Amino acid sequence: MNDIVIQAHELTKKFGDFTAVDHISFEVHKAEIFGFLGANGAGKTTAMRMLCGLSHPTSGSGSVAGFDIAKDPEKVKASIGYMSQKFSLYGDLKVWENIRLFGGIYGMKTKAIASKTDVILNHLGLMSEKNTLVRDLPLGWKQKLAFSVSIFHSPQIVFLDEPTGGVDPAARRQFWEMIYEAVDQGITVFVTTHYMDEAEYCDRVSIMVDGRIEGLNTPAQLKQETTSTSMDEVFQKFARKATRNQD
Amino acid sequence: MKQFLAFVKKEFFHIFRDKRTVLILLAMPVVQIILFGFAITTEVKNAQIAIYDQSKDVVTQQIIQRLQANEYFTLVENISEPSQIEKLMKNGRVSMVLVFEPNFQENIEHLGKADLQVVVDATDPNQAKTMTNYVTSIIMQYQQEFIPLKSEVAPMQIVPQVRMLYNPQMVGAYNFVPGVMGLILMLICAMMTSISIVREKEKGSMEVLLASPIRPIFIIIAKAVPYFVISIGNLATILTLSVFVLNVPIAGSLTMIVAVSLLFILVALLLGLLISNLVKSQVAAMLISGMGLMTPTMILSGMMFPTESMPVILQGISSIIPARWYITIIKKLMIQGVDSVYIVTELGVLILMLLVLLAVSLKTFKKRL
Amino acid sequence: MIAVAVKNISKTYDKVSALKSISFEASKGEIFGIIGPDGAGKTTLFRILTTLLLADSGEATVDGFNVVNDYKAIRQRIGYMPGKFSLYEDLSVEENLEFFATLFHTTVQENYHLIEEIYKQIEPFKKRRAGKLSGGMKQKLALSCALIHKPSVLFLDEPTTGVDPVSRKEFWEMLSNLKTQGITILVSTPYMDEASLCDRITFIHQGKFLDVDTPRNMIAKYPSKLLAVSASRMYPLLLDLRANPQVLSSFTFGDNHHVTLAATYSVEELAAYLRLKNHEDVLIQPIEPTIEDCFMQITTTADE
Repeated sequence: MNDIVIQAHELTKKFGDFTAVDHISFEVHKAEIFGFLGANGAGKTTAMRMLCGLSHPTSGSGSVAGFDIAKDPEKVKASIGYMSQKFSLYGDLKVWENIRLFGGIYGMKTKAIASKTDVILNHLGLMSEKNTLVRDLPLGWKQKLAFSVSIFHSPQIVFLDEPTGGVDPAARRQFWEMIYEAVDQGITVFVTTHYMDEAEYCDRVSIMVDGRIEGLNTPAQLKQETTSTSMDEVFQKFARKATRNQD
Repeated sequence: MKQFLAFVKKEFFHIFRDKRTVLILLAMPVVQIILFGFAITTEVKNAQIAIYDQSKDVVTQQIIQRLQANEYFTLVENISEPSQIEKLMKNGRVSMVLVFEPNFQENIEHLGKADLQVVVDATDPNQAKTMTNYVTSIIMQYQQEFIPLKSEVAPMQIVPQVRMLYNPQMVGAYNFVPGVMGLILMLICAMMTSISIVREKEKGSMEVLLASPIRPIFIIIAKAVPYFVISIGNLATILTLSVFVLNVPIAGSLTMIVAVSLLFILVALLLGLLISNLVKSQVAAMLISGMGLMTPTMILSGMMFPTESMPVILQGISSIIPARWYITIIKKLMIQGVDSVYIVTELGVLILMLLVLLAVSLKTFKKRL
Repeated sequence: MIAVAVKNISKTYDKVSALKSISFEASKGEIFGIIGPDGAGKTTLFRILTTLLLADSGEATVDGFNVVNDYKAIRQRIGYMPGKFSLYEDLSVEENLEFFATLFHTTVQENYHLIEEIYKQIEPFKKRRAGKLSGGMKQKLALSCALIHKPSVLFLDEPTTGVDPVSRKEFWEMLSNLKTQGITILVSTPYMDEASLCDRITFIHQGKFLDVDTPRNMIAKYPSKLLAVSASRMYPLLLDLRANPQVLSSFTFGDNHHVTLAATYSVEELAAYLRLKNHEDVLIQPIEPTIEDCFMQITTTADE
């Protein structure tokens, strides 16, 4: 298939004699929502860092948006968007300043940034908050804004690292609706989460255990394979196989 | 008490398990003393000098020749006007100017006395001192060898009048030892203590500690104890190194030196505590203690520049810096070896500071978040 | 027996009001859950009850002691696990535990039975520095440290945030076991699915408690009939549901959408509407609401 936007082949990362990511292989298709699950310390963050061009794989290969993650990390970075729960936007900058900053980082023209800023703020209903410092926004709004900013430069793929942690249920759902919208525009979404109901929203889900991908399928088929009624149950069944204990 | 000891033990674990902290606490005093000690060299070679010879007679020519023959000095300029002296000094072309008075030879021969003015740039006091010593000895030598042969009139002498420019008190020579003591004790007690207290706030463990039965004031005291102990260790290291490696004498009473140092350590600990009461992040604690305590200690305490030649306003500021008073006392006790009577003022100031800080820290101390 | 009593507690920071006149009571030996998202005021409330902050107005007692005047007595008898991981990362597992035991005038041996079940899972790693533990193990250690002095009330501020579902489940199993020892537990969480594991819960929303009840009653009080709707294309389905004025609310919920309808609108009518919109494999089933449904319903009503 030609629409593969993320490909990992035997991707491995070792820190000393500790194998954080152990020969993982998978493909993600264009405009797919790919859920990347795993317990704390299973190797999700390390794998994600390699795919974002931030960390060099020990062995194996991977490509993101058509660029080799080991040879062209800069090109990979330019064609993706990234958002995490821990850091999303600068709290001491105003809403529009954050947008301008990230637009500028990705090399967008000032005029394009200005016009698109208004479009996005209108869409989010945040126009009246344009001059508010981001730290004064409620968490739910902040995360929605952060997501808009992460896809502001129209990347092919957006990586979301636990984007909805601690967000209230209503805002969490609005957030997912924004993800659906982005996918409608052809953006591929690669997301990690600890909310198992969110795993159900993904087209396909992979479950990492001890650095390896132990399960990879649609939520419906994963449930069928493990004779579970919910993704929570699926996850419990997989994660309890884990033997390693450290981060 | 058991609680308290467990706390102190935990604090020592924190310190010894962080290599960077250990390095700062134990290696820095040694490195600083050694660096200061050997960086300040007392040897002078090829110092650039100028000569203002208003007499131009046989004697002055002979003296000038002798100076030139010496490896210590290089004559770069003969000047003809007094105004040039300052100019040459200021742009750094020369570090010493010799001024022979008019009728030098005549004065020696008829009045038995001639004046030679030695103007030295004393920015680096050690070097200035050495240069004047060399010049004086060269002239003395000349005097012994030549002048008696020329005349029967005795005693005849050339009188070098030394003028130190820029740093007349010659601060510097042994000053760095008291200075480093002040700096290091301030660093360890105020900065490290405040950072370690604020770290608990930042990490959230302070919440757990405050919600426990231990009395909040004990948390703070327990955190200060290890730094107190380490400071005393450092004090011993510095004194030993300066006596045995750098040959700086301890002229006065060792007991007094230790007693005053303990007083200063307490002042610094209280400063650290006060800082930790006021700020919430380690970065803020570091900035405040760094900018607010260390920098003024280095610049205004008289460690590097003499307080006497500072503008009045800076002198005012320097008088609220504990290290300034401490360094003065140590200088007096250690280098000059004076009696305790002469340090009463400084001691009084330090004790007053201790009391004020104690009151303010207790007042700002919070038993809640 | 009332373990925690709170009456009209309010707290304002820099003009932003964090808690607005909160009142509730928690009985001895119950697990009382405070459910709400980040920034709702949970941490402020915990800090007031653990005597770390003073409220602007109102009164509160813990184990019968006033949080302002008797703070010393309260500090003797509570256990507290703040939101941030608050153990000493440079101390080993064992050293952490011993330190906290000594802090509370006790020893690990004396109260070992209290923590045995939890601690024995991390005991093989007792020489390891706490900073090198995994998230789930850190949590177990933190809980052991908070329990070692046999507190009568345990305050757990978001103990499971950022922790994976497996460790979260284990943690809640540990809490249910503690209950049998008569320890009152006040726990806050942003995860709605954890609410059903509490004896009683409250929803905290923008500094206010919206309701206090058992999880069962909360669900029973849900005012409308709830339907689970699914079809082959879920996102267009959601958009079409939203477009229908007879659909009062529709939220994504795992592999289906949770929908409430106007009283006059029937399931059959909805099915017909969705067929008209060309949805395939449409499945509409009445279901029992979850705590999350209740939270959303109650907060939406409160906002209006």
